[in-house]
Amino acid sequence: METSQIVRYLRERFPRAILGENLQAFDPWVQVEPAQLREVCFYLRDEPALRFQMLHLITAVDYLEKPPGGGQGGSEGHFEVFYHLSSLEHGHRLVLKVRLPRWKHNQPGQLPELPTLSDIWRTAEWHEREVYDLSGVCFIGHPDLRRILCPEDWQGHPLRKDYPMSHQYQGIPGR
Amino acid sequence: MVDSVVPEEFDLLTEEIVINMGPQHPSTHGVLRLILRTDGEVVREVQPEIGYLHRCAEKIGENLTVRQFTPYTDRLDYLAAMNMNLGWSLCVEKLLSWQVPEKCRHLRVLMAELNRIASHLVAVGTYGLDLGNFTPYMYCFREREKIVNLFEAVCGARLTYHYIVPGGVMGDLPPGWLRECSRFLDQFQATLNDLHALLTNNYIFIRRTAGVGVLPLGTAISYGCTGPVLRASGLAWDLRRHGEPIYTQMYAPYDFQIVAPQDGQYPDDGLSPPVPDDAVVGDCWHRFYVRMREIVQSVRIVRQAIQWYQEADGSVGEPMKIQQKLPVAEAYLETEAPKGQLGFLIVGQGASIPRRVRIRSSSFCNLSVLPELCRGCLVADVPAIVGSLDLVLGEVDR
Repeated sequence: METSQIVRYLRERFPRAILGENLQAFDPWVQVEPAQLREVCFYLRDEPALRFQMLHLITAVDYLEKPPGGGQGGSEGHFEVFYHLSSLEHGHRLVLKVRLPRWKHNQPGQLPELPTLSDIWRTAEWHEREVYDLSGVCFIGHPDLRRILCPEDWQGHPLRKDYPMSHQYQGIPGR
Repeated sequence: MVDSVVPEEFDLLTEEIVINMGPQHPSTHGVLRLILRTDGEVVREVQPEIGYLHRCAEKIGENLTVRQFTPYTDRLDYLAAMNMNLGWSLCVEKLLSWQVPEKCRHLRVLMAELNRIASHLVAVGTYGLDLGNFTPYMYCFREREKIVNLFEAVCGARLTYHYIVPGGVMGDLPPGWLRECSRFLDQFQATLNDLHALLTNNYIFIRRTAGVGVLPLGTAISYGCTGPVLRASGLAWDLRRHGEPIYTQMYAPYDFQIVAPQDGQYPDDGLSPPVPDDAVVGDCWHRFYVRMREIVQSVRIVRQAIQWYQEADGSVGEPMKIQQKLPVAEAYLETEAPKGQLGFLIVGQGASIPRRVRIRSSSFCNLSVLPELCRGCLVADVPAIVGSLDLVLGEVDR
């Protein structure tokens, strides 16, 4: 099915959940309202004409805008979480994008939140752990939200653009 | 004194014991740690712990230009570095809307399929080793050595090739290389026959693998399993045919089968033995056997690639410049690596250094299904199941 048709299905069913779209991109995407993400995903997976059975990847991208002239700080910007979906049955693909603040309520240290998709696609279980670990997005309802790649006592989320490079770990110098 | 000891009747329901397996365990194929909760011989729960080989590949990608990052992709799945290079190069080319010359495409197919043979040889060889069969391991590594020698003649490296790069390849083939390659292919089928005798038709091997670790198709899809793991569950899905145009056009002129069981049977290729009666679609035996058959298909593709490469005119492409600027756009591309679908996502920000690099690792998703496969199996079956998934921890942890 053409992506424009998939988007039309979604807009008809969820008039308020689809916030934007770009069908000319290399991988056509739609932007989804976080509060309705789960309903949209259930629909995408179960609707016979769509049948997005496979979730390939969850990615969090940090759009931190550095203050002009470099230097520290800069809480401007936002997060975008990408979900790459495909249907083995129909052979079509779609990317969902969700826009988040970098910190919940703009309070530094409070991780932004998203509903979990781990009960819709089991792939999400480990991928959400990885996004939580490296990018610092909290997935509400996840059965086991622990760090997956970093040690469990690791501080901070390394793929955030303002992550300070530590030169030692538990007294062991890094370089 | 001795007479007073009366044999006691034990209740066989025992306490559950937590066993740690790895990260330095020979049959976890690298630094994978498994925490098993066992009840006697029966595994109640398996929890994989990963991250021991985490080298921050995605963070490094945010600090280098895409051309500079290419050698780092070698270190993901280091048993199939050509395929990793290929996936990355195609993704960069997708982002930049580049087309490489036809001759380059055939050369890339040639390298990728040779590396697939090498990777599958390690998979089946070490799988035999996991199950206590040492000889096929030596045969597999002997053959892999010949492929590695071929790669060394092409690019100078034996493990991390950095040969396929965005824009083309690092250099054309040395003189006489195609003849050496053909000579390797000609003598190779004999080894496959040996492997079939030692493993595929081996009674002990069949008893250890048939019906063990059965992965239903629905579970496989839900967990994002791809590659031979998905195909062994009965779905003929291969990105070389079902992927995006930039990837499938490379394989369009080639004639090969997608190896997957249909109703428990495979189409006859005249070379491989039949399926034993005990095997169930989706079990360890089928995962092993799909790889064995894919080797045959890859040999076919390599033979065709030699032909196409010789017939094609033109250059083998020009490696991209280090400071090549990327557009403000995202490109995601998956390719069929030996372990499954390998995906790269590049988010460009108008500079030569991307904003974000993301790697979809096939082994990562294939590993995540392990708790599902091991629930209720015997402790001795755990290495059989782990080995059948063909994990490379360099790719899992990135």
